[in-house]
Formats: sequence, structure tokens, C-alpha cells
Amino acid sequence: MAGSTFIVKIKRQQRPDENVRWEEFELRHRPHLNIITCLRDIAEKPFTRDGRESTPVSYEANCLEEVCGACAMVINGRPRQACSALVDELEKPIRLEPLTKFPLVRDLHVDRTKMFNDLKKTHCWIPIDGTHDLGPGPRMAPEKQEVGYPLSRCITCGNCLEICPKVNQHTEFVGAAIISQVRLFNMHPTGAMHASERLEALMGPGGIEDCDNAQNCVKVCPKGIPLTESIAAVNGQVLLHAVKSWFRGSS
Amino acid sequence: MSKQPKVIVVGGGLAGLMATIKVAEAGVPVELFSIVPVKRSHSVCAQGGINAAKNLKGEGDSCWQHFDDTIYGGDFLANQPLVRGMCEAAPGVIDLLDRMGVMFNRTPEGLLDFRRFGGTLYHRTAFAGATTGQQLLYALDEQVRRFESENKVTKFEGWTFLSAVLDDGEVSRGICAMNLKTMEIKTFPADAAIFCTGGVGAIFGHSTNSVVCTGSAQSALFQQGAYYANGEFIQVHPTAIPGEDKCRLMSESARGEGGRVWVPKQVGDKRHARDIPERERFYFLEEWYPKYGNLVPRDVATRAIHKVVFEMKMGLPGEPAVYLDVTHIPRETLDRKLEGILEIYEKFLGVDPRVEPMKVFPAMHYTMGGLWVDNQNQATNIPGIYAAGECDYQYHGANRLGANSLVSCIYGGSLAGPAAVKYSRNLEQGADSAPPAVFERERVRQQDITDALLNAHQGTENPLTIWRELGDVMTENVTVIRYNAALQKTLTKIDELSDRFKRINMQDRTQWANQTLNFVRELGNMLILARCITMGALARNETRGAHYKPEFPNRDDANWLKTTKASYKCGTITLEYEPVDTSLIPPRERKYTAAK
Repeated sequence: MAGSTFIVKIKRQQRPDENVRWEEFELRHRPHLNIITCLRDIAEKPFTRDGRESTPVSYEANCLEEVCGACAMVINGRPRQACSALVDELEKPIRLEPLTKFPLVRDLHVDRTKMFNDLKKTHCWIPIDGTHDLGPGPRMAPEKQEVGYPLSRCITCGNCLEICPKVNQHTEFVGAAIISQVRLFNMHPTGAMHASERLEALMGPGGIEDCDNAQNCVKVCPKGIPLTESIAAVNGQVLLHAVKSWFRGSS
Repeated sequence: MSKQPKVIVVGGGLAGLMATIKVAEAGVPVELFSIVPVKRSHSVCAQGGINAAKNLKGEGDSCWQHFDDTIYGGDFLANQPLVRGMCEAAPGVIDLLDRMGVMFNRTPEGLLDFRRFGGTLYHRTAFAGATTGQQLLYALDEQVRRFESENKVTKFEGWTFLSAVLDDGEVSRGICAMNLKTMEIKTFPADAAIFCTGGVGAIFGHSTNSVVCTGSAQSALFQQGAYYANGEFIQVHPTAIPGEDKCRLMSESARGEGGRVWVPKQVGDKRHARDIPERERFYFLEEWYPKYGNLVPRDVATRAIHKVVFEMKMGLPGEPAVYLDVTHIPRETLDRKLEGILEIYEKFLGVDPRVEPMKVFPAMHYTMGGLWVDNQNQATNIPGIYAAGECDYQYHGANRLGANSLVSCIYGGSLAGPAAVKYSRNLEQGADSAPPAVFERERVRQQDITDALLNAHQGTENPLTIWRELGDVMTENVTVIRYNAALQKTLTKIDELSDRFKRINMQDRTQWANQTLNFVRELGNMLILARCITMGALARNETRGAHYKPEFPNRDDANWLKTTKASYKCGTITLEYEPVDTSLIPPRERKYTAAK
């Protein structure tokens, strides 16, 4: 369809404290376009559909192949990565909005520092003794690797937090991504030695009890991570840990 | 020296994170600067694996064999002692990553599994599915987060490096950086700074690189007196999916697991790939290179595809592409070992590569050249400035072997960290003793550049248009095949673009999260580095590794077995040369038609 065009509506906000406005852009259709190419087309000709001069749209993007997690935004009402959102597969006009569960920076650009801080709070790492040569790591059955590997593909995009009803201004809920990471580190032979630190971090406010089991998270994960399985598994670990602590406390 | 030294690391990919870990382990505070949150760095895009001669398949592999493959693959342009050091350290690097919890694929015995990769006949590549770079980056990111929680590392994510702060003796005393949210420009003192800022893909427009891989930091340092070495050596990966926004990599691991490259024997054959019988397919790599087959090094495979498509006109009907076929491999194997990349093909093209052969074409992929560093310490020629990872020029010579980049990043980072610590501790006068005027001078210089851009209202030139034109001319003339006349024309085009750049239209003059401002500053630096790369290519009248000149089709050791060193002074780039350290393996002819 040479010469055909389509409309993209974008929710704009120049600063967090400024007014929201919607702008419409009319873009030229080509095969295999994604949302990133749309945003670049706008940057090259920043004029709205009615001819007013605008500015290039602010957004985060890096790898453009859905492994870095940067370009998450709300596209036609659904949180997803802009790079893998293909124009031909989207209903028109296309609507772009920023993620709403994170502080806005500008336009489609938000600040997801919370997720990285929560990874810190939950000790999501393997505590090694040092980088000096200590020989190979622990052996691992292929079956175990096949459970762990999909969990380790989490790109910290925040889609699962965006869709979760329990992530809101009134809670500190860490969300599915972080809980799934705790499961990953707790299943590693070395990580398991420190599982209790992670479980305790998930026992207070904002921890796993905040999960309402809405099960939306798993539907928007671009990497197909079994997030609800992770929540169930970690929930079991937390309960067991609580019981064990209780017995230890009473003996 | 009485005060506690401080080290800055710029760039949070594999090399930067490894350097950070090493400095923090030595008990020296680190400030880590990155444009993106470090977990989103370009290292995530590495797919196939990481090389180390662990010899777990009983093939008699050895570190020396890895070393020889790397030197031979790089057409003898790499300084050999450092490469040997890297290959000897590689098995230990894998062990370390394994201990950090990387979910490497396993054998039934629970050991690490290894696959084959280009340019070697051994199973030497450890892998985590087909997202190895992502997995490695995450492991190092987690270790750095642990140090961060212990206040040994301070991150400055969302800051971009603008320039080094050099004192009157041209010694580095810190960096000048810009906050990408507030647009504030600030200087940060440090006794040493380690640059791990990756490749220069953006200079070529469409590449397999991420958005941040502009080479802007390297260019800024080059303009401040750092040598830039072997800029002309640019790797074009044979198998990528062409796209409007970028070319997405289809890892060499697809061929390592048995994938085959072919075109129909009959020119213009419009049949569906699946309907073309085996005997009517031209497996040109297997035919031309029987010993290595589909796993010849990247420069060789790329030139073969170019030849098939452009000289023999045997590309797929209607588009410059060839088939990369994995449809004969069992689905279970594909999902266990290659899912990450097959998923990319499926998502971006809507075609399942388990059923349909993939259509691929070469794309700019890796920057072998980079900041000149010495042969021991990753030290640049500016005292106090170190470089590691893709942004330095060592390890890969004229062509990098697949799965050697991850190991070179980690190895380079693990040398640079301790070297920067040692330098800082031995400094008689630390950065703290540098006069405040040195910092203020640099801050004002950078602020003036930004102010001039934001206050220029007469501009007519769109930055993205200039960038596109730069990418087009660089891709056309300075990638796979290089002719001197075309390189000369490229320099003229860069002159024209640099002139138009002076009349840039800023489009956005706000002082908050202004991405245009940052892009324009990067673009200015890209134009200068593009010239450096093109001049190096024009001067080097031979063919070596990825640098192919039909007018000079042979390697010329008598005249060109030497490292290009470019320097910049008052807007003029000068090339000089230095000998390559070939003290361990005497150069010999490189040909992949037979075993080495």
C-alpha cells in the first residue's frame, strides 16, 4: 500500500508538573514498521497532524530487540515493548501512553528506579567470596537449569507491575518480577544458602502477601516468564520459613 | 598520597561492570556512569556464547589453540601477548561466571555444555540459551548491586559523559558529564577513569548495535588527545535481519548448532523455500569452505554472501538476502539452545523459523578498532585514562572471532580495574589536589557548547536526517567492500555533513529530559569518528581480515603489518603507525578452504 498513512496519538507531558496533552501525528506506512520507527519519523518531522510544530517525543529505548527492557510503554491500552510492537498488527489509530505506575520523566519516559532498588532490598545476587580463582561453580542438573534459565531472562521492563492492581500509590508491593527473581536466586545451590535473607525481605509490607492473585502479570510478560508459578513457589518458601522461624523461636 | 583514591568507570556493560567489581574489591570507591540503567546496556544483545578452551568434550582443545585461532582469525593484526593472556584466563572467567550463578546450559552430568562457533574446529563456546550476553551482564550487574548496597559503588545512571577533565600537564583529573533529566553539566574528580563505552554502530546508521552505541565518548577523548587505533576494522556480521530501525542479529550459534546457509541454484526461483529440493539448493559456504563450512569467520562468510547476492546475482528473489536454515534441526533442540534468537525472528517478522528458513543479510556488527591502549594495562596515552571492552582496539586484530567479545570485555575490565587502582594509589598528587579552576574551565567549556546549541534559532538542518545520510554513506562505502575512490567520496560527504551540522535545527530547546540535545552532541562526535575510520580505511592499501579492498586483494605484511594510530589536533586528523607484537606466532597465510 504505497502512499498510505496511519495515525498515532501520543500522550505528551513536558514535565511531571505540567499539563497533559494529546497530540496526533500522521505517518507514512511502510512494511515492518514498529513503534520505534514511528517515534523516529516524528523526530525527523515533528509536526502534528494539523500542522503545528511540536518537539521530538521523549522515550527510553536501547537494544530494539526486546532484551534490554528499556522501551516499555502503554500501547493501545496494554503495557508492552515499543520495539516489538509492529504497526501492522496494531489497531489504528495507535495510542501511546507512558507506564502509569512509575514516576513520569517526560512524555513516554518514566523512572523505574524502584525495581532496581527492590532487587537490592531482596538481595537478588549470588554472594561469592571474591573474583579470585576458586574453581568451577556447583554442578547443576540440566532439568534445574531449564527451570532457572527462563526466570533469568527477566528484562525488568515493569509491564507486570503496570498491569498489577496491587501496585499503586497506597502499597509498596514489589511486584511479580522481583518475586520471580527471588525464586531464581533461591534455587541456585549457592544462592539457596542465603534464601532466608530474601524470604525475610518479602515478609514485611510490600512483600509477597500483597499479591492478590489477579494473575494479570503473566499475561503481559514479553519473555513468557511463568510469574504466577514463581509467586506460588516463593509463597510456599515464605510460609515454610515462617513456620521454621516460629519453631526456632519457641524452642 | 594520603587521601583515599577514587576511580570513575564510564559505561556499565560487561567490561565496565567487571572493572567496577575489581576496583570495589580492592577497597577503592567507584562512581559508575551510564546513559542507561546498567542492566539495559548493549551487552544484553550478545547471543551465542563465550569462548574458553575448557576442553570438556575430549577434543584436545587448549588455551594455545584458542590463542592461535584468535590470532589467525584476526589476520595477525592483534598484539599477541595480551591475546594469549586472555585465552589463558578464559577458563577461569567461565568458572567465575558459573559461580556468580549464570544459567549456562548443562550436560547430563551437570557440567557446562559447549557449542561450536565460527573460526574454530573445537566445541569451545559456553552458552546460556541464545541470550548469553544478557545472562552474563545480569550476573555482573547483580554483583555490582551487592557492592552498591554496601556503599562501595555509587551509580550515576542517566548521565552522559561529555569530556575528560585534563589539567595543564594533560593528566586526567576526572570527567565532565551531563544529567539527561535535568540537563545539568557537572564535573566529577577522580584519580583514574576507565572507559567501557562499547562500539560505534550508530555511525553506520543501521547496525546490530543498540541505540547508545554511538562512539561519542571515544570520539570526545580522541578530540582531547587520546589515540584511536585501527578504526578501519569494522566487523560486518553475515547473518542479520534487515530492519527500518536496526538490523537484528541472528547469532552464529544458529550455524554452530547446525544451521545452513543457502540460496536456490536457479536464479529467480520463486518457489517456496520448503518446495525447493535439496539438490536444487546451493550451500555455497559448505561448497567453498569444506573444512569449516558454515562456520567460517564472519568476514569470510560476509564476503561470500555479498558475492552470491551482488556478483553472482543469486540472492533471493526481490530482496538482497540468503536463507539461514534451521528447519532440519529437531524442535526440542532449537527451543533448548536457540529459543532467544528464534523468538526475535518470529516476533519481528511474524514467521516461525522452526518451519520456514530465515532470510538474512550482513549488517555492521562490531568495532575491532578503538581507543589505543598499551600492551599491559588497558592504559590510553592520557595519564589516568583507561579503556576496556569493545571501545578499546586490542584482542581481535583485523577480525573478531564469534564468542570472543564477551571474554575480551571481561578480561579487559579485569585488567583495567586493578591497573587504575594501582595508578591512583601511586599518584603523588591526586585529583583532590588539582586546582578547582581546572574543573571549572572544563565545565564552562561544555556548558558553552550546550548553550550555543540551545540558543541557535536559525538552524534548518534536521539532526536525524544528517545521521541517516551519514549512516547510508558509511554503510555503502566503508563496510564490506572498500574502493579508494568511494572512500574519498565518503570523506567529501562527511565534510558536507559536518558543514550542515553547524546549521542544525535543535527542534527542542527545553532544559528538561531533552533527548534531542544529547543526540545532537553525540552526532557531532560521530561525524569526527566517522572521518577517522574512513581515513584509516583509505590509507590502508591491502586486504586484511574485515578490511577488503578489491584493488589490493592481498595481505601485505611488508607494508601493512602495523597498527593504525590516529590523533586529532585542532580539527586535523593525522595517521601514524606502530609495529604489531607478533613475538609468539609468526604470521602465516590465512585461508579457510582447508584446516589450519
